[in-house]
Amino acid sequence: MPVVIPEALAGKRIFVTGSTGFLGTALVERLLRSVPGCEIVLLVRPGRMRSVAQRARREIFRNDCFERLREELGGVAAFDELVDRRVRVVAGDVSTDGLGLDEAGRAALASCDVVIHSAATVSFDSPLDLAVEVNLMGPTRIARTLGDLGVTPHLVAVSTCYVAGNRRGAAPEISVHESPFWVEVDWRREVEAARRVRADLEAESRTPPLLARFMAEARAELGAAGGPLLATKTENRREAWVKDRLVEAGRSRAASLGWPDAYAMTKALGERALGESRGDVPVSIVRPAIIESAWSQPVPGWIRGFRMAEPVIISYARGLLSEFPGVPEGIVDVIPVDLVVGAICAVAARGPLHPDGTPDVTQVASGSANPLAYGRLVDLVSGWFSEHPLYDSDGQPINVPEWRFPGRGRVQGQLERSERLLAKAEKVLRSLPLRGRQADVATTVEEKREQAERALAYVTLYGAYTECEAIYGVDHLLALDAAMPDTERTDFGCDPRVIDWDRYVRSIHLPSVVQHARVRTEPGRPSGDSREQRLRRQVLSPDRQLAAFDLENTLIASNVVTSYAWLATRRLRRPDKVRVAARLLAEAPSLLRLDRRDRSDFLRHFYRRYEDAPADQLVEDSVELMSDLLLTRAFPAAIRRVREHRALGHRTVLITGALDFVVAPLRPLFDDIVCARMSTDASGRFTGQMTDVPPTGESRASALFDLAGRYGIDLREAVAYADSTSDLAMLEVVGFPVAVNPEARLASLARKRGWLVESFDKAPGFRPPALPIAARRGPRREWPGPLPFLAPLRARRPRATPAAAPPGRPAREGAPVRAQAGSLRGGRCRGPGAARVRCRRRPVAPGRRRRRAGAARPRLACPAPPTRRHLRIRPGHARRSLQPLLRADRVVPVHAGARGGGRARRRHAGRADPRAVVRSARRRADVPAVPRRPHQPLRAHRLRPPRTRAADRLLRDHWRRLGHPLDRPRQPARPRARGPR
Amino acid sequence: MPRPGFVLDVDRSTPPILFHSGEGFRLEKLPAERSRVVYPGEPLAALRDVEASIRDALLSPLDSEPLPALLRPGMKLTICFDDISLPLPQMRRPDIRQRIIEAVLDLAAAAGVDDVHLIAALALHRRMTEDELRHAVGDRVYDAFAPQGALYNHDAEDPDGMAHVGTTDQGEPVIINRRAAESDLVVYVNINIVAMDGGWKSTATGLASYESLRHHHNVHAMRHSRSFMDRHASELHHSNWRMGEVLKASGPRIFQIETTLNNDTFGDRGPMSMLQKREWEWSTRDRATFVGMQAGLKRMSMATRRRIFQSWEAPYGVTSVQAGAVDAVHERTIANVHRQQLVPVSGQTDILTLGLPYICPYNVNSIMNPILVMCLGLGYFFNMYRGRPLVREGGVLVMTHPTPWDFHPVHHPSYIDFFEQVLAETTDPVEIEQRYEKSFAEDEWYKHLYRTSYAYHGVHPFYMWYWGAHALQHLSQVIIVGGEPRSVRRLGFRPATTMADALEMASDSVGREPTITHLHNPPLVMADVS
Repeated sequence: MPVVIPEALAGKRIFVTGSTGFLGTALVERLLRSVPGCEIVLLVRPGRMRSVAQRARREIFRNDCFERLREELGGVAAFDELVDRRVRVVAGDVSTDGLGLDEAGRAALASCDVVIHSAATVSFDSPLDLAVEVNLMGPTRIARTLGDLGVTPHLVAVSTCYVAGNRRGAAPEISVHESPFWVEVDWRREVEAARRVRADLEAESRTPPLLARFMAEARAELGAAGGPLLATKTENRREAWVKDRLVEAGRSRAASLGWPDAYAMTKALGERALGESRGDVPVSIVRPAIIESAWSQPVPGWIRGFRMAEPVIISYARGLLSEFPGVPEGIVDVIPVDLVVGAICAVAARGPLHPDGTPDVTQVASGSANPLAYGRLVDLVSGWFSEHPLYDSDGQPINVPEWRFPGRGRVQGQLERSERLLAKAEKVLRSLPLRGRQADVATTVEEKREQAERALAYVTLYGAYTECEAIYGVDHLLALDAAMPDTERTDFGCDPRVIDWDRYVRSIHLPSVVQHARVRTEPGRPSGDSREQRLRRQVLSPDRQLAAFDLENTLIASNVVTSYAWLATRRLRRPDKVRVAARLLAEAPSLLRLDRRDRSDFLRHFYRRYEDAPADQLVEDSVELMSDLLLTRAFPAAIRRVREHRALGHRTVLITGALDFVVAPLRPLFDDIVCARMSTDASGRFTGQMTDVPPTGESRASALFDLAGRYGIDLREAVAYADSTSDLAMLEVVGFPVAVNPEARLASLARKRGWLVESFDKAPGFRPPALPIAARRGPRREWPGPLPFLAPLRARRPRATPAAAPPGRPAREGAPVRAQAGSLRGGRCRGPGAARVRCRRRPVAPGRRRRRAGAARPRLACPAPPTRRHLRIRPGHARRSLQPLLRADRVVPVHAGARGGGRARRRHAGRADPRAVVRSARRRADVPAVPRRPHQPLRAHRLRPPRTRAADRLLRDHWRRLGHPLDRPRQPARPRARGPR
Repeated sequence: MPRPGFVLDVDRSTPPILFHSGEGFRLEKLPAERSRVVYPGEPLAALRDVEASIRDALLSPLDSEPLPALLRPGMKLTICFDDISLPLPQMRRPDIRQRIIEAVLDLAAAAGVDDVHLIAALALHRRMTEDELRHAVGDRVYDAFAPQGALYNHDAEDPDGMAHVGTTDQGEPVIINRRAAESDLVVYVNINIVAMDGGWKSTATGLASYESLRHHHNVHAMRHSRSFMDRHASELHHSNWRMGEVLKASGPRIFQIETTLNNDTFGDRGPMSMLQKREWEWSTRDRATFVGMQAGLKRMSMATRRRIFQSWEAPYGVTSVQAGAVDAVHERTIANVHRQQLVPVSGQTDILTLGLPYICPYNVNSIMNPILVMCLGLGYFFNMYRGRPLVREGGVLVMTHPTPWDFHPVHHPSYIDFFEQVLAETTDPVEIEQRYEKSFAEDEWYKHLYRTSYAYHGVHPFYMWYWGAHALQHLSQVIIVGGEPRSVRRLGFRPATTMADALEMASDSVGREPTITHLHNPPLVMADVS
């Protein structure tokens, strides 16, 4: 007798789970449209932000699935009225006992006549415990809840054909345990095991070695991004690790029992569990195969989500997946979603097959009645994409690769190898100090690695399915279809034989997939603005309120070390300049390492070098520093951008770890400058210590919060420009982050998050000096001639003092020369470089070196040469570190035994007199990378007090000649007849 | 006796002509029978005893009392001197400015003057660096004055450093350096390398502010200066002379010292000497040097080439020194400039060809950016005429220069923005003046860089563009041979790979058989077109 589905379900109340999913949405739509007499109760999991009603409206009823119904009803209002009248949404969750229902929900469930359970975690790579809770325990929980409520509605549970496992041959519509190939597994133990694995992994992931690993990984990804961000990233890594391990656990457990993945396994065990614990509830099981887009209902090609074969198809069409395993003659069991919905409705209308309610099984598959061979599917797909190619970003058509149906192992091996290789390359590239366009290489490699990873995931996940050669029997399905009157078949038909695969693949499924994938299907360059232009327009919109800029490599290709090198060498003589530069170069790797570890520590450590530097001199020099160093390395486009923001009325802020006097000349560009500051001592010299926390990492974000609070600015309307992950905190708090010439890590983050990436260049055609060393100053040549005017003018004029300079001209040429002459007159070389280079600027143990007698005697007419340090090296001590060598004025090789051997050394070792034991020049305490060794065993030979020799005199004369004439104290004015005055 | 300049009619036997092309050279064969080349005169004989000439000029000035008579104890004396833009290239030490300044200081010392300031009169140009100042005034003057803050660059944006002297009858305000305005005597030390320099332009422009300058540095003035190398036909100079009247009436007393140099730009021996010889007179050694130089330059980076060329210092000889009242001095100076540079040319031509060298007044120790290429070609070289332009109205200008998209980040920041922002929108001088000039001129950041760094003023690129306004109006098209297409097109010109291509392209405007004139410059030559 034909079953008329609308009539059979009329007046019934149907409880549906999983209605936000692909199948569930189609089911709800069909019930609303084609079964006018029924009422629907939807079980929806409450979202974090939204109530269940909002979630249902947004995620179910707004879907284009309901377009047809809305049109048939004549508009949104009528549709909403229909939904309000016939649909009720209750909050609950199938992964908790009692379904998490409140009283009203329980009442609603109790009042239902049919329960259709289609909630599942269909992701093939879901963690084991989640799959167990949802797929395995879900149906059982429903049955138990119904039992608790004392009702026995017809429970239609949606499962999958793949519960039959990896096997060849017929798979009839019988319960899983009735199959001759069933491996007896106790589902309760599996549940316990899965929960225990989760608990174990959670505990293991918190062990120190693993936490250290996660921290290292977070640091590798984010660099010195500051504590809070690193902590968040570390926690993310831990969670990801636990999830990965659970996925792996699920996959291996499923493979060990002969299922393609944890999804099929948990579904199979779920069927078994339901059979055992259903109580009096009559149960029907519907097992669809691979559900794909609709054949005809509600419209041909309707699909929701993008997780089954679609990613593989699109990857193939984009040329990213050139090999995929599978046997060409194998069956791909695809079934359109509307046929599955039809079958579920037919089962619900028919009621339980067995009078005692024992589960009956209906498989919805095409493999036995209307098979589609894998080879044919590939032909259809490649043929279609040859005719309708996708286009790359340049608007060129993409050729689809030819598949050769290799074995899974081979493809997997290939992909694993390429992924490993790419991961190594990426690691190497990330460790290099690349930025801007160079960092693009790293980003490209990363992109390729991700592609390989994704391809590998597809191969691992879906490969098993393409190789599965089971033929699923559909007798019950055909019987259901046969039981329908012909008029019903249009709406609820579920006979897979109606599918014309050519038409389905070429005209229905592929056009729909391509449309959903949002890929380029038109040739030529895209018209209109590019993404970058759109983002740039947003950034430069008058609605923005604040623009924050980092300095180094964002506005200027320079850093605190180059600024220091320039300032330190500005007042030094050439040999000292070379030495400072050589020292910094030698230290570069350790400085870079320190900078990468912690920017704050680096700044604190590095700024110690300014200790004793005269503050007023540096402030004066910083004006020249801007022209000579900063502007030559500036990015004109970046400076223009700052000014554009200002012109738009945005508040511009410079946030930098550079020192205040270094960035002071940039003041006119910015409304606010947040920078590092150093304290000075009573004599106006820098102490080398910062007055407050340097603005790095998260303190940059705090600085932005402060500014936003002070000026009433909404940071969502702020823009931030920065170049490295150490500025990540700042970038993350604003609404419009911009990565400028990003280093590899930030480039990767910016790509993933869709941030605007700008590459600003230095001025084209100009090559700044390779080394940041201040240029030589002073006279070049002099033309001899009579100059009587100089003496009277000089004699009359008062001595130069800084105050004598006319006001309003703080940075005239005269000032530096004046200061130099003044500072050198006292016989001391000043300046930050001097503090590091000249030996006598550093504290010296008494007696360790003897100061040259009469070093600053006026007789010499020049500042005394610095005390010389000889470093004597004995054979066998060649492997000493570089720094003492650099510090020493002269390295003197000493032959073994020339001044006594080990015995003499031992004799001297016990003495308190430090002269007896000459230690190598100790490294400075502020170089943390180098261990302090207060009593390093004798490596250099005994240093004798220097004696003035002919060679020394020669050298001293040489220094005199090298120096600036103004370095020499002025000769007393020759007695000369005064002018007419 | 040096040979004067002349016009060569090109025939089949004429060797290829030398074209300067930035930091390089081209040899181009011009079409026979319809081309001519205007050659500069050979360097005039230099003064034998420059010191004596200076002394003479100071002690027996034109229309003025001798300098010692103007000096008295307790007075305020300000010595102003031309900046780095003169001469081109820089002259070998000792610079003539140094010689004159030392002579003036001698007299000042003798007179007991002890309030002396030295100011580089650079208007809106970039500040001179210490090295450049040392080169111009000498180390001794520098060391004696700079440390006391008595030798410095003019600062047109110093709110306290400028003084309003008066207004001309046409409403042009005269605002000059306050120290100069309040001095008892201003001694201006000038180098007149071309006829445009000197006269009242020295003080009224060199010491002025933007507010004052903009009344003669604008499109209207430049379009009505035919040419600005001829002060009697130049609106630019008329305005400066009006301002001069105001200065005469209510400004400080000005003692003008003007000097002229000969054409000895590249020397008569040394690696560059063939550049000032006529091509058919090149010796085997010259040819070999040229070939070697070309081969060497080809292998060098642009930066290296720039460094080599910029380091060249010319062995100029001083041909005259005159001092006294501005007008009288300037007339004599101009006569001396013309004596060296002026070459009579009869009639105009369809195409004017120019070989643009590596240097112009605004890229000394710097980079010649595309805007400066335009200014040098269409501004300076195009205007090297008296009477009528060398090229007829509607004619074509063909220049050789690589025109790279290169900029000096310190010296030309506003040029970069002008090129990227303004020229991307329009190349019409009038529109540029109306839409953009004010915003650049009043930009705080450019002012800051002009005052504290070594940047040209924000408005300076606009003046460069106005400098070519007359030529832009006069010509039908401009073609740059060997220019980087991207930057040449940004300028609104057409790039060509070879001279033959350029002449082919020019035929659109001037027909198949145009007449061609090549101005063989540098050394400097000025055409007196009848």
